[in-house]
Amino acid sequence: MTQHPLIRVRDLNVHIDGQHILKNINISIPDKSVTSIIGPSGCGKTTLLKTFNRLLDDTANVTVSGSVLVDDEDIYAPHAEVTHIRKKMGLLSQRPYPLPMSIYDNVAYGPRIHGIRDKSTLDSIVEKQLKDTGLWDEVKERLHGPANKLSIGQQQRLCLARGLAVQPEIILGDESTSALDPVSTHTIEDLFVRLKEQYTIVLVTHILRQARRISDYIIFVYMGEIVEFGPTEEVLLHPKEELTRQYVKGFIS
Amino acid sequence: MNFRIFKDKLIANAMLILSISSVSFVFLIGIGLYLRAAPLFEEHTLFSLFSGSNWAPSKNQFGFYPFIMGTLSVTLIAIVVALPLCLLTAIYLAEYAKSGVRKVMLPLMNILAGIPPVIYGVWGIFFVVPIVREYVAPQFTEYSSGYTVFTGGVVLAVMIFPILVSIVSEVLSTIPKELKDASLSLGATKWETIKKVVLKRALPGIVAATVLAVSRAFGETIAVLMVCGNVPVAPSSVFDGGYPLPALIANNFGEMMSIPLYDSALMFAALLLFVIIFLFNLISRIILNRIEHKYSA
Repeated sequence: MTQHPLIRVRDLNVHIDGQHILKNINISIPDKSVTSIIGPSGCGKTTLLKTFNRLLDDTANVTVSGSVLVDDEDIYAPHAEVTHIRKKMGLLSQRPYPLPMSIYDNVAYGPRIHGIRDKSTLDSIVEKQLKDTGLWDEVKERLHGPANKLSIGQQQRLCLARGLAVQPEIILGDESTSALDPVSTHTIEDLFVRLKEQYTIVLVTHILRQARRISDYIIFVYMGEIVEFGPTEEVLLHPKEELTRQYVKGFIS
Repeated sequence: MNFRIFKDKLIANAMLILSISSVSFVFLIGIGLYLRAAPLFEEHTLFSLFSGSNWAPSKNQFGFYPFIMGTLSVTLIAIVVALPLCLLTAIYLAEYAKSGVRKVMLPLMNILAGIPPVIYGVWGIFFVVPIVREYVAPQFTEYSSGYTVFTGGVVLAVMIFPILVSIVSEVLSTIPKELKDASLSLGATKWETIKKVVLKRALPGIVAATVLAVSRAFGETIAVLMVCGNVPVAPSSVFDGGYPLPALIANNFGEMMSIPLYDSALMFAALLLFVIIFLFNLISRIILNRIEHKYSA
């Protein structure tokens, strides 16, 4: 584990509609690596992921206590500025949600919001991000065509490019391949592995094989609590906890 | 044949016939109006009917220009006043309001929609007319009776407000949360997200809601008739009186027996209204298709 993790969670508790969804979460997520959060449906994986960029803020009846430190800055501190926090993280959701605009404008959306107006700067950002996600050759002829005409796999890569365009430090993936075909899934997985050189990647997945293929660390969450956290091989092959062993073997799901 | 299958076919066919006949009413009404208005065309050219400004049935002068302008200006004012307010209200209800507020506001809005037009008319006379006469019009013009196309537009705006708000907020609430999250997670503020993503995605629905409201506004008779002055002269400013087509028909129907062609003229007024609404719907359908084609999800 690296000396200075980017995301540190301290005594995090989340209640939604009076239900205790996350219980006393304490974890440090290693820098520049892929960490997968695994666990059965409804265990709080996605909620945990969303606390990292405060996307729960807009949900009704949510209370969050404890702290999440990103770059040593508590994102739940009263003075913390939410747009600034979110800019540090690119989110890739379950299904691709391209914004209702052209391919170019999708990638340029974030930079524009953060004040970049210069055409040639935007051009180079768009080109770089589309190249990084392997889309450039497929879409360079129709950059100004609507984004929703792309295939679903291409859309998901576009969403990744859009997230990377604001130069985040962290990529959050919420079952980002669950709507994709095997080929597109493979492409996205490869991208994650390649991108971990530059970014800290946190993924929620319910596919154990995927977690095994691409992640360096695994967090196993069960009923709102972290049961086990460690390097992938260790958690999957030599789990310390009985619950983890049962989940990995498929006895509980 | 099996009785259950027979019943299935019977129901399907009955519904088909009902649907066809209800749609065919549109054509029947159109044809009926045309036939009743036809005598007018024997003495007047279509051009003179549209462009003529004189309305003197006893002298056989039938100029519809003032009424067309009356209808268009009242409707335009209504939509210009109502649309921005409705959009902001709907955005507030759908995106910002707590669910408790929403639960109180939307039913209230529906009550507003259920108030009979004549009550809006009375409210217009006692409330809007004096305000326009004393406070609004004097800022722009020397004298105004308060019975103006502006007053009609304001009353009409209040009347179409509830349907616009409830449809638009309904449309806004169908925008997937994940789409908004996508924008928010890039560091956009809520307002930026609404402006650049939500409204853009909701545009077809907003246009459709506006079309519905405008169609309603074109035909609204009694409330407008009570407050907009009913002078058969094309309004030259919004603080002049006006005389929309529905008001013309409602005011004069029944007293037209003595004058030849009066009956046909009123039927022509009805036909005009019919055609205006028909064309309006047609054009907005085309616009809507374009928008949907561009951003279909």
